Amino acid sequence: MREREHLKDHHREASIFTGRVIVTLFIVLVMLGVLLTRYYSLQVIHYQNYATESDKNRILVQTIIPNRGLIYDTNGELLADNRPSFTLFLIPERVNDVSSTLSLLKTIISINDQTLQEFYDLLNDERPPYQAIPLRHRLTEEEIARLAVNKYRLSGVSVDAQLVRSYPKPYLFAHTVGYVGKINKKEKARFSEEERKRYKYMLTIGKIGLEKYYESQLFGEMGYQNVEKNALGRVLRTLERVPPVSGKDLRLYMDSRLQKVAWEAMGNRRGAVVAIDVKTGGVLAMLSTPTFNTNLFVTGISHKDYSALTNSLDLPLFDRTIQGRYPPASTVKPALGIAGLASRSITPTYRIFDPGYYKLENDDRLYRDWNPRGHGWVNVHKAIIESSDTFFYDMAYRTGVDQLYHYGSQFGLGKYTHIDIPNELSGLWPSREWKRSARQLPWFPGDTLNIGIGQGDALATPLQLAVMVSTIANRGVRHKPRLVKEIGGEPAQSEVVSAMENVSDKYWDVVHNAMYGVVHASNGTGRRIGRGINYKMAGKTGTAQVVGIKQGEKYDSEALSERHRDHALFIGFAPFDAPQIAIAVIVENGEAGSSAAAPVARKLFDAYISDEYPEQVQSELASRRKP
Amino acid sequence: MSSVRHYDFLRRMPEASHDLRQRLSFWQVIHIDPILLLLLFALTVCGLWVLYSASEGNIRMMQRQGVFFVIAYIGLFAVAQVRLSLVARWSIFLYLGGVALLIAVLFIGVGAKGAQRWLSLGSFRFQPSEIMKLAMPIVISAYLSSKALPPRFKHIFWLLILVFVPTSLIMLQPDLGTSILVAASGLIVLFYAGLSWRYILAAFTLIVMSIWPMWQYVLRDYQRQRVITLFDPESDPQGAGWNIIQSKTAIGSGGITGKGWLEGTQSHLNFLPESHTDFIIAVLAEEFGFIGVVVLLALYLLIIFRGLVIAVNGQDSFRRLLAGSITLTFFIYVFVNVGMVAGLLPVVGVPLPLVSLGGTSLVTLMLGFGVLMAISTEQRRVVNK
Repeated sequence: MREREHLKDHHREASIFTGRVIVTLFIVLVMLGVLLTRYYSLQVIHYQNYATESDKNRILVQTIIPNRGLIYDTNGELLADNRPSFTLFLIPERVNDVSSTLSLLKTIISINDQTLQEFYDLLNDERPPYQAIPLRHRLTEEEIARLAVNKYRLSGVSVDAQLVRSYPKPYLFAHTVGYVGKINKKEKARFSEEERKRYKYMLTIGKIGLEKYYESQLFGEMGYQNVEKNALGRVLRTLERVPPVSGKDLRLYMDSRLQKVAWEAMGNRRGAVVAIDVKTGGVLAMLSTPTFNTNLFVTGISHKDYSALTNSLDLPLFDRTIQGRYPPASTVKPALGIAGLASRSITPTYRIFDPGYYKLENDDRLYRDWNPRGHGWVNVHKAIIESSDTFFYDMAYRTGVDQLYHYGSQFGLGKYTHIDIPNELSGLWPSREWKRSARQLPWFPGDTLNIGIGQGDALATPLQLAVMVSTIANRGVRHKPRLVKEIGGEPAQSEVVSAMENVSDKYWDVVHNAMYGVVHASNGTGRRIGRGINYKMAGKTGTAQVVGIKQGEKYDSEALSERHRDHALFIGFAPFDAPQIAIAVIVENGEAGSSAAAPVARKLFDAYISDEYPEQVQSELASRRKP
Repeated sequence: MSSVRHYDFLRRMPEASHDLRQRLSFWQVIHIDPILLLLLFALTVCGLWVLYSASEGNIRMMQRQGVFFVIAYIGLFAVAQVRLSLVARWSIFLYLGGVALLIAVLFIGVGAKGAQRWLSLGSFRFQPSEIMKLAMPIVISAYLSSKALPPRFKHIFWLLILVFVPTSLIMLQPDLGTSILVAASGLIVLFYAGLSWRYILAAFTLIVMSIWPMWQYVLRDYQRQRVITLFDPESDPQGAGWNIIQSKTAIGSGGITGKGWLEGTQSHLNFLPESHTDFIIAVLAEEFGFIGVVVLLALYLLIIFRGLVIAVNGQDSFRRLLAGSITLTFFIYVFVNVGMVAGLLPVVGVPLPLVSLGGTSLVTLMLGFGVLMAISTEQRRVVNK
C-alpha cells in the first residue's frame, strides 16, 4: 500500500532512461567492435588460410592417364595395342549401399566371386575419394544394354570405355613383349615417391618383358586437370588442364614373320630359339616354348587360367631364353678353339690321336668321347667338325682354367647380356675363384676337362649362346643384345661390349671354316641340315646331358624317361662369307643337336636369307591353343 | 526557450498533445518515420540482393520472400497507425493470448527434428514464440510504466514471473535460443526502467554461477554439442563442426573485397549449409568481403541508433521503454546471428534480422518497427513545432 505513495517522477524517469540509452549505445558499439574484429581477423588476417581451404573444398585435381606407347615389330606390325573396352565402374561415395547394389548388379550381369573379391580389395585399399573403382571388364554389348535399362536403380554405377592393352599376337611374343597387369600390393610397397604419385590413379603396370623394362617410356607423362566440384562431389567444370604426354612407341628389331617361323619349327616341343642380327646385336627372333596368352593377364587373370599355367609341367610362364640355364655342351667348342689358339696352347696344325677317351696322368678315370670308337688323328678343324671330345679335353688341359675363363668371358659366357628385358640370369662359366667361394673347394684338373666340352658346372642361357655365336661370326666383336630398335622414332644405339682385338684373323678363319664344315662337310655333325642348302652357313651342334652318367654306365635313351633325355642344342650363323644372322636353338630333351635343334635353325636361316616367309594361313590362336 | 518549456510541459502531460491543435506534417499524418523507413528499406533491399545469390537465383523462393516483404511492410504501416495508449491498455491480453498459443503448441504443435514449434492453420504455419518476441516487451513496458520508476523489488518479482512463464513454455518446445531472446527482450525493459546496478551485478553473478548446473542438468545433448563445437569445430568436422568450419571458410575466403556477387563458391557449391537462412551473412561475407560486412553492420548500427533516438524522445516511460527494448532486442538478434556464423557464439537458430529467408521473423520484426514508427510520429507532433 505504501507503493501508491510513490508518485511518478516523469523527469527523473526520462533522465534515468537517457542514461541507460547511453550505456546501451556504448555496449552496442563495443559488441559491434567485437564482431568487426572477428570478421577482420577471418577475412583480412587469415584470408590466405581460408582462401586455400575454400579452394581445397571445391577444386579436385584429376589425373588424365596418357595413352600407353604402342609396340611394333621391325616391319611396323602391331604387337601391343590399346583397344577400347567397356568397363563397369562404381563410385562408392555415390552409391547408397554398396552391398545391395552389388547383389542387384549380379542379377543383371555375370560377376564371379574372384571379380567381386578384387573389387573389394580395391575398395578397402587406400584410394583417392570419388575414384571410380572397376568392377567388371570387357562388358558385352548385351550387358551394356541391360545395364542401361536398369540405370535408374543404379546410382553411382557407370559404364565407361577405357583403353585396355591388347596383344594381337599374344602367344608369339608372350615373353618378349610381355604384358601389363593389375598393380599388386608388393609392387605398391616398392614404389618410389614419384611412382606412387604416378600410379595413384593407375590400375595396371608392365609386369614382364618389354612392357616392364620400358615402363616409364611406354607410360608417358600423366596429365592433370583441376575441376570444380560441389559438396556432393559432382564435377561442374574444368578450371585448368595440363594434357598428358602419350607414351613413346617402341619399334623392335624383332620380325614377327621370323618369330612365326621359329614358333612353327618348334612345334609342341619345349625349348628356346634366339636369332640375333650380327652387325647390331638386335634380336630378330626370340621364342621360349611353350608360350601363353598374355591377353589373359591384362584385366586380371582368373584363378582357373592362372593355375593351369603355373601347374603345367611344361612351365609356359618360364622364359627359357633368358632364364633357362643349360649346359652349353659342344656348342662352346668353337669359342674354346679360339681360346686355345689365341692363348697359343695349340696351333691350327696341332693334332692328337683320339682313341675314344682321354686320360690324365696319375688319374685312372677315363674321360669318354661321345664316340666310343674315337676320331683317330684330330686337329682343331676336325675336332670341331666331328665334335671330338678327346681333342678338347686335351686342349682344355693344356690351356688351363684361367685362360678358358678369360676367353669364355669375352664371348659373354657367365656374364649378363644386359638385354632390354628384365629378370635375365647370367648362367655360369666357372673359374678358380668361383669354385673356391661357391663350393669351398680347390680347382681340380678334371673340372677343366669338363668345361672343355661345355659340361660340368658350365651353364648358359639360350640368349648367351646366341650372343656367343654372334660374337664368333663377328670375329670377336660382342654387341649388347637389344630388342628395341627405336624409341619414339629415335634410334636406340647399338652397343659393343668387348672386341677381342688381339685375336688374329687366321684363327677366326680356322674356327669359321670348321663351323662351315659342321654343316657342309660329309663328316660334319650337322651335315643333315646341309642337304639341299643353296647358301653357305656355319654351325655347331651340341647335346647336353640332363642326368649325370656314372663311370662305366652306358647311355640308353630308351630307358630314360622323356624328361631325362639329353637337351639338343645348335648354334650357327649365315651367310658364311658375310654373316648377318646368328642363331641359337635349344630343344629340351631333344636328344641330339643335329636331329632336333639344327633343323629348327635351318628353317629360320632359310626364311631370313631368302626373305621368304610361309603364308600365314592358320590363325595363330587356332594353330595351337594348348600351352 | 519557449519551445523547451512547451516540450517539458508535454512530457509531463503526454495525453495533452492530442488536444493541442497542431499542423501535422505529411509523415505525421501517415505515422511514418522517414529516416527509419529509408534505413529499413535499404537493408531489406540489400538483403534481397544477397538472398538472390544465396538461393541460387531461385525465382519462386524470391517471389515468396517478396510476398512476405509486402505483408511485412503493410503490417508495419498498420501497426504504426495504432494508438499506443490503446496498446498499453490491451497489452495484458496480447500477452495472455501469446501464452495460450504457446501452451497450444505443446499439445497440437507441429515441427521437425524433435522440436514442436509451429502452429498450423491450414496451409499457413507460424511460430507463436515470434508473437511473444513482441508481446513480451509490450507487456513488461506497460506494467513497469504503470509504476513509479525505478522499479521496486516487489514489481521486479511479478515481472520475473511474467518473463518466466512464456520463456519456460518456449524452452519446453524445446527452443533454447528463442526462449533466451524472449526472456532478454523482457529483462531489457527492466534495465531501461532503471534497475539498480546492484541487482544487475547480482543477476550477472548468478548467471555465471549457474553455468555449470545448467550444463549438467538443463542442456540437452545436442545443445551441449553445439557449445563443444563452438570451441572446437575440428572435433567433428563432418558432423556438428561442418557448419561452422564451412561458414568460417566462406567468410575468410571472401577477403577484403569478396569473390563478387553470385561468385561465392562455398555457397554456390553447397559447402555452406543453411546459406539462405541462418548462415546468409556468410554468403554476403564471401561475395562482398569485409567491405560488405562493414556496410551491413553500419546499416544495422544506423537503424539501432535511430531506434534509440526515437526511444529517448518518447513521450512517456511506456513509449520509451518499449522503443528501447525493441531496438536493443533487434541488436541482440543481429549480434547473436553475426557472432554465431563467425564462430563466436554457439549455433542457435537465430536468423539474420530482415535478411534471412523466412516470413514469420520478418513480419514480427517489421511489426516491432511499426511500433517504433508510432512512437516516433506521436511524439513528433510536438517536437517539430
